[in-house]
Amino acid sequence: MSNLPEFQSRLASRHRWGRIFEAFCLSATLFGLIMLAILMISIVWKSWGWLDGSFFTNFDSRKPEEAGVKAALWGSLWLLLLTAIFTIPIGIGAAVYLEEYAKKNRLTSFIQLNLANLAGVPSIVYGILGLSVFVRMFGAFPLEEKKVLELSLWFTTLEIPLPFGPTIISGALTLSLLILPVVIIAAQESLRSVPPSLRHAALALGATEWQTIRSQVLPASVPGIATGVILALSRAMGETAPLLMIGAVSFIATTPGGIESFGDIIRNPGSLLEVPFSRFTCLPMKVYDWISFAKPAFQHVAAAGIIVLMGALLLMNATAVFIRQRFRGSIQW
Amino acid sequence: MLLETILGARPEAETIRRESALTTDAVPNPSKARRSLVRRRTWLRSKEQLIRLSLFGCALISIVTTLGILYVLFTNAVYSFGRESAFFQEVSLREFLTETRWTPQFAEKHFGILPLLLGTLKVTGIAALIGLPVGLAGAIYLSEYASSRLRNIVKPTLEILAGIPTVVYGYFALVFVTPYVLRPLFQGLLGWDVDLFNATSAGICVGIMIIPMVSSLSEDVLRSVPRGLREAGYALGGTKFDVSVKVVVPAALSGIVASFLLAISRAIGETMIVAIGAGFSTEMSLNPLKSAQTMTAYIVNVSSGDTPVGSIEYKSLYAVALTLFLFTLAMNIVSQMVLRRFREVYQ
Repeated sequence: MSNLPEFQSRLASRHRWGRIFEAFCLSATLFGLIMLAILMISIVWKSWGWLDGSFFTNFDSRKPEEAGVKAALWGSLWLLLLTAIFTIPIGIGAAVYLEEYAKKNRLTSFIQLNLANLAGVPSIVYGILGLSVFVRMFGAFPLEEKKVLELSLWFTTLEIPLPFGPTIISGALTLSLLILPVVIIAAQESLRSVPPSLRHAALALGATEWQTIRSQVLPASVPGIATGVILALSRAMGETAPLLMIGAVSFIATTPGGIESFGDIIRNPGSLLEVPFSRFTCLPMKVYDWISFAKPAFQHVAAAGIIVLMGALLLMNATAVFIRQRFRGSIQW
Repeated sequence: MLLETILGARPEAETIRRESALTTDAVPNPSKARRSLVRRRTWLRSKEQLIRLSLFGCALISIVTTLGILYVLFTNAVYSFGRESAFFQEVSLREFLTETRWTPQFAEKHFGILPLLLGTLKVTGIAALIGLPVGLAGAIYLSEYASSRLRNIVKPTLEILAGIPTVVYGYFALVFVTPYVLRPLFQGLLGWDVDLFNATSAGICVGIMIIPMVSSLSEDVLRSVPRGLREAGYALGGTKFDVSVKVVVPAALSGIVASFLLAISRAIGETMIVAIGAGFSTEMSLNPLKSAQTMTAYIVNVSSGDTPVGSIEYKSLYAVALTLFLFTLAMNIVSQMVLRRFREVYQ
C-alpha cells in the first residue's frame, strides 16, 4: 500500500489528461460549426444592401449597381432540370441492376470498384471529358462549317448543332456523369435496405422480377433514393470547375431559349426545344466571374450572388431532409 | 434457381396446368416430358429480358465514363492517333518530370511539372494539417463523448458545411481569410509579406472543406467498433481517454486512414478554392504566404484564357490533368486497399 499516494496522483493526472482531451475534441467539433457561422456572417455582411428585387430581374452589367442574376438563375434552373432528366433514370437503373439483377461475379465487382473510384475523380477532370466528348465531339465535325441536324416535329423544327458546343446540354451531360456515381451508390444503399421478404412475397404471388421491382422494391426505397438524388443535384448546382472547362460563358444578356417566365413557355412552346442548345451562364459561374473582377464593388455583388446560390441549395437540402424525416416514420418493416 | 422456377410458373393459369401436367406426369413421350417451362418465349418474358438488358446498359455507363476519361487524357497527353501530335510526343517525359520551370505562356517555354506539384503539395499540406486532426478529433467526440442530442444537432450542420459550393470557400479565402486573418497576423505582427493570393488562405479553406468528410467517415468506423472492446478497456481500469485513444482508435485505424486518404485526394483535386485563393505564380518557393499555382488552378487558367486550341500550351493542360488523375486515382485505390487489407472483422 506504499504506492497508494503515487497511484492516486497518477490517476488524477490521467483524468486531467482525459478532460483536456475531451475539451480538445469538443472544440474540434465546434470548430466546424463556428467556421460555418463566420462564413455565413461574413457573406451576409458583404452582401448587405446589394441584394434587392432588381438583383433578380436584371441581367449582368459592367456597372456593379445594375448587375443581376437573371440569366444565371434561369441557366442554373435549366441546367439542373436537364441534369435531373439524364441522371435519375440512368442512376436508378444502374443501381437496380447492380442490386437486384447482377450476379456476384467479376464484372459486377469491377463495376462496383469503378464506381467508388469515379466518385473520387476531381470534378475538373469530368470537365475535360465533357469538353472533348460533348462540346467538341472529338473534333469529328469541323468547327468552321457548323453542322446543324434538323428534325421537323409537328409544331416546330428541332435544330441540333453538331458538335453541341458550350451549351446547356453539354453542361447537363457533363454534370450527369459527375454525379452519377454518387446517385448510384446512394440508390444502391436505399435498395439494399428494403427487406428481402418483400421481394420473396411478391415473387411468391407470381410477380415477375421487374413487376416485383417496379411495384414493391422501388416504391419502398423512394425516400432514400430521392434524398440521394436531391443531395447529388445540389452538388451539381454548386459545381463551377466542369462548367468553366466546357466553356460556359460568364457574360450573357439573354435567358436560355428567350424564356423569362412560365407564360413564355405557353405562348411559344417551340422555345422549349431551343433551351438545351443555347449558350448559358449559371449561378456559380457568375459568382466566380464577379470575384475575379478588380473593382471592389463587385465583391459585394459576388456576395449577393452567393446568397442566392446558397439559398437555392439550402432549399434543396431542406427538401431532402424533409423527405427523409417524413418517410422515416411511415415505413415500418 | 428458386427464382427461375417461380418465374416460370407464371402466365395464364390454363397453360400452366396443362404444361405442368406434361412435365410432372409420367408421359409416354419422353421428348415432350423434358420441355422446360422456363425456356418458353412469351411476350412478358421478352420484356423482362429487354428491361434487364437496358438496366445493364445503365450500369455499364460508369465503365464507359472511365474509359472515356482515360481515352481523352491518353490521346491528348501521351499518344495521339489522329493528325495532331500529343503532348508527350513533343515534350519529353524526362523534361516534364525533372525540369524546375513551368513557363508555357512565355516565349521560352519550359514544361516541368515540379512547380505545380509543389504548389499542390503546399495547399494540400496546409489543408491536411487543419482538416485531418480537427476532423478526427470531432469524430472521436461525436462517437465517444457526445450525447445523442448534440450529435443530432452537429451532424446535419456538418452536412451543410459539406454542401457549400467550393466557389464560396474560394470567396471566403480571398475576401475574408487573407485580409482579416493572415495579413493582421503575419504582416501586422510578424512583418512577413503576405500576397493577396497565397497558398495558406486556400489551404485553410480546403482544410475546412474536408473536415465534414473526415469526421463523418471516421465517426462511422469508430461507432462500428463493438461495445465489448470498450467495456474490456474499462474493466482493465482505463479512463475514458485511455479507452478512446488506446482501444477504439487503433481498432478503427484502417477506416480512419482510408478516410484521411480520401480527404487528401479531395484536397488535391479541389479546383475553385485554389483558382480563386492561391493565385497563379509558378515560382518554386516553399513560402506558404506567397502565391502558388496548383495543377487544378493551371487547368482553369489555361481553359479560361484565350489559349489557341491545338497549341502546345493547350496540350499541356491534358498532361497536367493526367498527372492529377493518376495522383487522385492512386490515393483512392490505396485507401480502398487499406480498408480491405487491414479491416478488423468483428462479429
